[in-house]
Amino acid sequence: MPQLLLELFSEEIPARMQAQAAKDLERMAREHLAAAGFLPEALKTFAGPRRLTLVAEGLPLAQADRKEELKGPRVGAPPQAMEGFLRKAGLTQDQLVERDGVYMAFIEKKGRPTAEIIAEMVEAIVRGFPWPKSMIWGTKKLRWVRPLKRILCVLDREVVPFAIEGIESGDITEGHRFMGEAKPFVAKDFDEYVAGLEKHFVVLDVEERKQRILEGCKTLCFARHLELVEDQGLLDEVAGLAEWPTPVLGDMDPVFLSLPPEVIRTSMRTHQKYFAVRKAGEEGLAPHFITIANIQAADGGAVIAAGNAKVLSSRLSDARFFWDEDVKVGFEPWLKKLDGVTFHAKLGTMAQRVERIVALAGEIAPLVGADVEKTKEAARLAKADLASQMVGEFPELQGIMGGYYARTFGLDGEIADAVRDHYKPQGPSDAVPTAPVSVAVALADKLDTLVGFFAIDEKPTGSKDPYALRRAALGVIRIILENGLRVSLNQSLTPAFKRASEAEAEHRPFSLDEREEPSASSVVGGVIAFFADRLKVTLRDQGKRHDLVDAVFALGDDDLARIVARVEALDGFLKTDDGKTLMAGYKRASNILKAEEKKGALPTGAPAEPAADSAAEVGLYNALRLLDKPLKDALAKEDFTGAMTQLAELRGPVDAYLDGVFVNEPEHRENRLRTLAAVRDAMGQVADFGLIGG
Amino acid sequence: MSREKPKSFQSLILTLHDYWSRQGCVILQPHDVEVGAGTLHPATVLRALGPKVWNAAYVQPSRRPGDGRYGENPNRLQHYYQYQVILKPNPENMQDLYLGSLEAIGLDLRTHDIRFVEDDWENPTVGAWGLGWEVWCDGMEVSQYTYFQQVGGLDVNPVAGELTYGLERLAMYVFGVDNVYDLPFNDPDSPLGATTYGDVFLENERQQSEANFHGFDVAVLKQQFEQMEEQVPLMLARSYQDKALVLPAYDMVLKASHLFNLMNARGAIAVAERASYIGRIRDLCKMCASAWVEQQEAA
Repeated sequence: MPQLLLELFSEEIPARMQAQAAKDLERMAREHLAAAGFLPEALKTFAGPRRLTLVAEGLPLAQADRKEELKGPRVGAPPQAMEGFLRKAGLTQDQLVERDGVYMAFIEKKGRPTAEIIAEMVEAIVRGFPWPKSMIWGTKKLRWVRPLKRILCVLDREVVPFAIEGIESGDITEGHRFMGEAKPFVAKDFDEYVAGLEKHFVVLDVEERKQRILEGCKTLCFARHLELVEDQGLLDEVAGLAEWPTPVLGDMDPVFLSLPPEVIRTSMRTHQKYFAVRKAGEEGLAPHFITIANIQAADGGAVIAAGNAKVLSSRLSDARFFWDEDVKVGFEPWLKKLDGVTFHAKLGTMAQRVERIVALAGEIAPLVGADVEKTKEAARLAKADLASQMVGEFPELQGIMGGYYARTFGLDGEIADAVRDHYKPQGPSDAVPTAPVSVAVALADKLDTLVGFFAIDEKPTGSKDPYALRRAALGVIRIILENGLRVSLNQSLTPAFKRASEAEAEHRPFSLDEREEPSASSVVGGVIAFFADRLKVTLRDQGKRHDLVDAVFALGDDDLARIVARVEALDGFLKTDDGKTLMAGYKRASNILKAEEKKGALPTGAPAEPAADSAAEVGLYNALRLLDKPLKDALAKEDFTGAMTQLAELRGPVDAYLDGVFVNEPEHRENRLRTLAAVRDAMGQVADFGLIGG
Repeated sequence: MSREKPKSFQSLILTLHDYWSRQGCVILQPHDVEVGAGTLHPATVLRALGPKVWNAAYVQPSRRPGDGRYGENPNRLQHYYQYQVILKPNPENMQDLYLGSLEAIGLDLRTHDIRFVEDDWENPTVGAWGLGWEVWCDGMEVSQYTYFQQVGGLDVNPVAGELTYGLERLAMYVFGVDNVYDLPFNDPDSPLGATTYGDVFLENERQQSEANFHGFDVAVLKQQFEQMEEQVPLMLARSYQDKALVLPAYDMVLKASHLFNLMNARGAIAVAERASYIGRIRDLCKMCASAWVEQQEAA
């Protein structure tokens, strides 16, 4: 079956946009092909510095003929209706067929040649491509990410003829800008295309480019007894900056090794897109770097290495200048500067935010075993480095620089570490702080952020989370769980809300409109519900059922460690036979209660002792009575597995009861409903089983 | 004109002039008002607007008062040269023309690593932005390459392509010099004697730095800024042969912009005020741009 090959060849596409562009190209092509009735056997797209490519296998050369049935007006409908229908269908009345009192039109559609459809598809894709930023150029009106130079479009080795704003389709493309012949070449199918590109020094597939980079780096490192400091984000980026990526190892002036390694790495990565290296098996950095050139240079890369080394030296000189200037200034003048830095227009300055974090961290400190005064001091200093020159240049070094400067200024080690670590964890692979002072400041930082933005109604929606609140909530969850902390979220969030809402009130613009004040309960409740959502995601990733989280959160607990322990016990219990059967019994009991509730309020109070001749009733009555204390004891000890084991004792009696007792016997109805309610209440002490799905 | 690899700062400039002249550009001289960047020359800001064809290249001394380092920093200057090329509409092969200019100044494109790295340019004081790249040579930014999309807040049509070369930095790279003041200004083997960049500009950097940071009177600068600001609409309200006086008005915008840079270097502008000053200059620039486009389209 014929193959379609499409290449959109342009000037350099920003690296950060390439991966999404390949996805968008695939999606748009699939949609267009499907709309035309085509289902390619295989379809793959590629993106690189100068080209987007699509190959689709197994397309027919024409669409199949199609028959369409159109329902027209009824027999005897007004003539205007008939005229309108005929105009729309492009038919005359004698071509219609009467069926069941309705005029029907049968239209045969000849299948169109695939090439025509492809030509329209490419035009629609090019004109509608969702680039994050696009531009016009020259005298054209067409928009593309950068000037579009060529369109290669062949179907079954034949050019699909069309032109978009003067750019004619063809079977010609270009290879590497500088290497090889640097002349255009013909490609009539995908094999010729890939072979041609390779001959002209272009690696089409981004995964192959990454492979080539990593292998090249490792070869260079091996020869010098070095190790690559791997960096996935950087790898993704540099793979989009070179068509023939060629690692080149350069030397760094070793005097710069006195700078913190984070500074060197950040300068290398953000300004120069270099990989850092370390001595094999050692910590710290080695005085070299690897740049990914786009060319295999005639001289083996000596000029490239020397040139890059010089640029790096001047970058690192700047970094050292920032360091030297910063250590002359210090925390107190920086803190004064934070007065003039807006955190958020509705939440005041950074200095005001620091005050809130200090207060909250002080409240959290005793709960996590941290020294209160040290914690408050660490919180006071935590944001100071935002005013330093180094962080001004490299915002991603916030916290890290604060930690270095704190040590340089001889501050207490626990305080320095807390300043350094209070932003952690910054992602799923980042470690959580464990030292008590760091934990307290890290929690205070994140809780203040959450409460503040919830108070001004800036909650994340869909994919939008501009203040990274999901990350903050997940950070709190991880810090609490991984450190086994016992914290009541309500207790910390309520005073935090009070302070945030004072800041909000202070910065609220004067307005005559009545505005509803956000209430503590709604905001704090909103934040806790947000934690529940995040926790669900976390536990789901660990394979736990999300309905179990709902069942446990419904109890109104705000202690994350306890919630998770309950979910885990519940999860284990529901996997046992006892658990499954008891769950089924619970469902039956609660269905009966629900049905009866509709007839009128259920009787309240504890069930009375049943007549001795009803074994099933006596059995459940006794089981409930015997269960009460051990269940309460287990829960008080937070032994949730023990509580489940206690509940399991109900399995037999509940089953026997539901099978052998007719609840609605008039003279016993009230007491029997009380018994079922007692079962539901007993189980409800562990979780709301009603929220657990089948 | 010789096509040899340049050996001095001035021959680098002459080589670029020769190259772009051969491509058909008008070779202009610098604009005689202080500006912060080559883009601000009316040959770029104004000529990028309107329907007329325009291809020009020129050197523009650029003043960044805040970057002065009293001649003590080997890389930073408060007065330096930009080489500016503007091609409207941008030719299809503009990237190739640009690469040709690098070869002309002696960069072997098979030995050096040339890359086009995303960088979207904008200049808020003149309401201009465009898409393009920083061009890297062996990891160093040697040029800014931009396809203008808006200037003075107006959409461009056709599109002008703009190239900006930082001449000192490029020369330091080509000649392998680590300190800008050591750059050979003329041919080092000149029978009349070698002159370095420092011989020409070091004293200027010292004196101007002191003036920028301590010499100018802030109150006077502020007063001059406000006077310029007032004068722009008055100048635009005047006309000669039915044309509003856009070109003189634009010169006043440039003066206001430079006065703002001087106040900024004196630390006289609070962070919160900055945006408002930039907005005021942009508004003046927009007035000029609109009037200019009207004249261009009428002609």
